[in-house]
Amino acid sequence: MEIQKARSGSTLTFTVIGRLDTTTAPQFETELKSSLEGVNEFDIDLNAVDYVSSAGLRVVLLAQKMMNKQGSMVVKNVRPEVLEVFEMTGFTSILNIK
Amino acid sequence: MKEITVDAEIGSLDRVLDFIRQELKTAGCDARAEIQITIAAEEIFTNIAHYAYNPKLGLATVRCAVSDQPLEVTLQFLDNGVPYNPLEAADPDITVSAEQREIGGLGIFMVKKSMDSIDYAYHDGKNILTIRKNLHR
Repeated sequence: MEIQKARSGSTLTFTVIGRLDTTTAPQFETELKSSLEGVNEFDIDLNAVDYVSSAGLRVVLLAQKMMNKQGSMVVKNVRPEVLEVFEMTGFTSILNIK
Repeated sequence: MKEITVDAEIGSLDRVLDFIRQELKTAGCDARAEIQITIAAEEIFTNIAHYAYNPKLGLATVRCAVSDQPLEVTLQFLDNGVPYNPLEAADPDITVSAEQREIGGLGIFMVKKSMDSIDYAYHDGKNILTIRKNLHR
């Protein structure tokens, strides 16, 4: 997995490429914790992600909880395979998916 | 049935998933089913790696078979660790807010939701978890 970060003022975008799974979720968590200071709009672009396991859900939930305290978060360009996982686990009702 | 035996640790996960992906590709499994099946396998293997032998080390065996009529994938996970039936775990409440969300139990819940059957047995000192999925084409 690779994360491309783009910051513009207080808006941050993570473009994730690859799988968000047990092996890669810790890297996402590290990047998240080191990048969110001063951010009040956080976008996660999942256009290049087709695989999210529960370890991936855990870090997306962590991001949502962190952003609930300091602004808003949008999950963008979700592919059908990943949307299915979000629907199956009720994540569609706690994430802002566009 | 083909099988692979590995150390029951997270470092073996990629080998297990590559083995399963290869078997599914050979069988002509579509991309969507392949993703669902590999996610299920990740959840189960990760549980074994974390809990079966902790804090000791041990082995896990993963078997994979694809049958015709019906076209179906069967995966079996075997370990000699502590007896543990993941099907007895309560389903997580998936209706609560982000703040109240607990992530524990979500993995096996996803397996239950995405596979057509999931069976647990304990035989000869082994945990045996078997999952099946029909490949509708």
